[in-house]
Amino acid sequence: MQSNPSRTLPVPARYEGKIAIRKWFDKEGSAYGFLFIYALLFIVFIVVPVLAAFLLSFTFFDTIQFPSFIGLSNYINLLTQDDTFMRYVLPNTIEFAVIVGPGGYALAFLLAWVLAQLPKIPRTLFALILYSPSMTSGVAMAVVWKTLFSGDQIGYLNSFLMNLGIVQEPIQWLQSPQYLMTIMILVTLWSSMGIGFLAMLAGILEINPELYEAAALDGMSSRWQEIFYITIPSMKPQMLFGAVMAIVGTFQAGAIGVTLSGSNPTPQYAGQLIVNHIEDYGFLRYEMGYAAAISVVLLLMVLFFTRLSNRLFASEE
Amino acid sequence: MKRNWFRRFTGVRNRGINPQGFHVSQIKFYLLLLPLAVFMLLPVVFIVSSAFKPPDELYAYPPRFFVIHPTFKNFTDLFSKFSNSGVPVSRYLFNSIVITLVAVAASILVSSTAAYALSKKRFRLKQTLFAVNTVALMFVPIAVTIPRFLVIERLNLLDTFWVHILPGLAMPVGLFLLKQFMDSIPNEVIEAAQIDGASDLQIYWRIVLPMIRPAIATIAILTFQAAWNNAETSTLYINAESLKTFAFYLGTLTTGATGANAVAGQGIAAAAALIMFLPNLVVFIFLQSQVMSTMSHSGLK
Repeated sequence: MQSNPSRTLPVPARYEGKIAIRKWFDKEGSAYGFLFIYALLFIVFIVVPVLAAFLLSFTFFDTIQFPSFIGLSNYINLLTQDDTFMRYVLPNTIEFAVIVGPGGYALAFLLAWVLAQLPKIPRTLFALILYSPSMTSGVAMAVVWKTLFSGDQIGYLNSFLMNLGIVQEPIQWLQSPQYLMTIMILVTLWSSMGIGFLAMLAGILEINPELYEAAALDGMSSRWQEIFYITIPSMKPQMLFGAVMAIVGTFQAGAIGVTLSGSNPTPQYAGQLIVNHIEDYGFLRYEMGYAAAISVVLLLMVLFFTRLSNRLFASEE
Repeated sequence: MKRNWFRRFTGVRNRGINPQGFHVSQIKFYLLLLPLAVFMLLPVVFIVSSAFKPPDELYAYPPRFFVIHPTFKNFTDLFSKFSNSGVPVSRYLFNSIVITLVAVAASILVSSTAAYALSKKRFRLKQTLFAVNTVALMFVPIAVTIPRFLVIERLNLLDTFWVHILPGLAMPVGLFLLKQFMDSIPNEVIEAAQIDGASDLQIYWRIVLPMIRPAIATIAILTFQAAWNNAETSTLYINAESLKTFAFYLGTLTTGATGANAVAGQGIAAAAALIMFLPNLVVFIFLQSQVMSTMSHSGLK
């Protein structure tokens, strides 16, 4: 505390101020000390990038010149001029997100519920198997998918289908617009039993068994009733956590189309998702302002879906 | 005697959630799970099988799923290889190991200190800061790749070792899980230590950390997976080949290769994919019970 000579404060007040800061520091200082590193990294790598995306989205920025303010043009262009976005990227993203998000989520819950019906050892074993795809990265799995869906007759799927006589000629699975999306969805669903799935499994196991007994005495007979009237309401917090993880995972998984097909843009934009569109404009065309506007749209989509699941699973507290 | 045995598996005892033993009602669940488990495991089995295949089996027509004459040739080939720019493969692996170890240790330290403040300290902004972190759970890093790049460029972190570590350290999910778990430690324990004259650091190190081992194991796994599988950092922020990760190298094996290179590369790629996958599996198997007990505190209210 350096005192300013031009403004002479009455001594007692300055003294009091010092004491107040001292008191605050004694009381709360150590808490901020413990938080400091995390908070710093959080601000630098999460808050600043999000704010920067927001600010850049109102500018024209080609990474060489200083960003120039252009108001809402990026957003207007995105909605009116960007043919690719409206014709391919948005419908693809919605299709992908709607199937993989709620689909993967429902699947994760149902499988968690089924696992909870088994004794500990088989349950752990199955949980491990179902979770195992989430351990690996897309990069490692690309090896597998490229061989399984390989476009020549050596590809497993082609060879299998040709043996059965279903197809006559090998199909270019990963290069053909009509199959790429389906394969992307399958591959993502396959690896969607992640941390949200584990949370829901733990949530189901935590529910007090007396609730089920009481319901049985009250005449509840089917297991579906049990799921909807006891299991889900008793584990809303875990359901919400699982939902948030599913939403984030779905949008984060967006790069899969490029990984599988090996090119951005994907063949005829068939697997182009919003994440690839950002990359296309940001790193291939260096239109950073425009890419930032797409990023903001993506973040808003995540926010919207999270709010929606909040509505569904908020605890009454 | 026989009737007793029969009743053991058909009575009410082992029906419903979290049973102690087998019950006939569980058969339908096994029937559902077994084929699904086989299906989920197929790609993993495929990696293992391909990694040990000799070349003639890799390109056999018709293709065969399982290996017949397993060989370590793919692994020896992998480690005798140099990348296009002359960096030996073992260098990438070494980078990945060091990066992962440092990231896991740093992440545990950073998240657990912050969680201690948010769970056990009293200060005015506590609720607000936790709420901010909860909102950040829905942060999708891939959405802000570009501004992140600009930030990292400004901080002169491009082409440094630390760019592998720092951006991933503030992990909202990790802090969230640790804080929720720490909430289950009774405040009386902390207060008793304070009365005995323990400082904040002593309480954190001697009392809180040992009590939250399961949560720490969970953070360790999450960071491990994120760091070990990370190829993007090497692609986006690193130019120097000698600083890139094994995951990145694996990526180059599957994308760039065409023609003759692709043919030679497949077995090596499978071997590398197995090396990527195995540590994840081993770590998770060792820590899975800890993860499950953390997850029961994962509720989002």
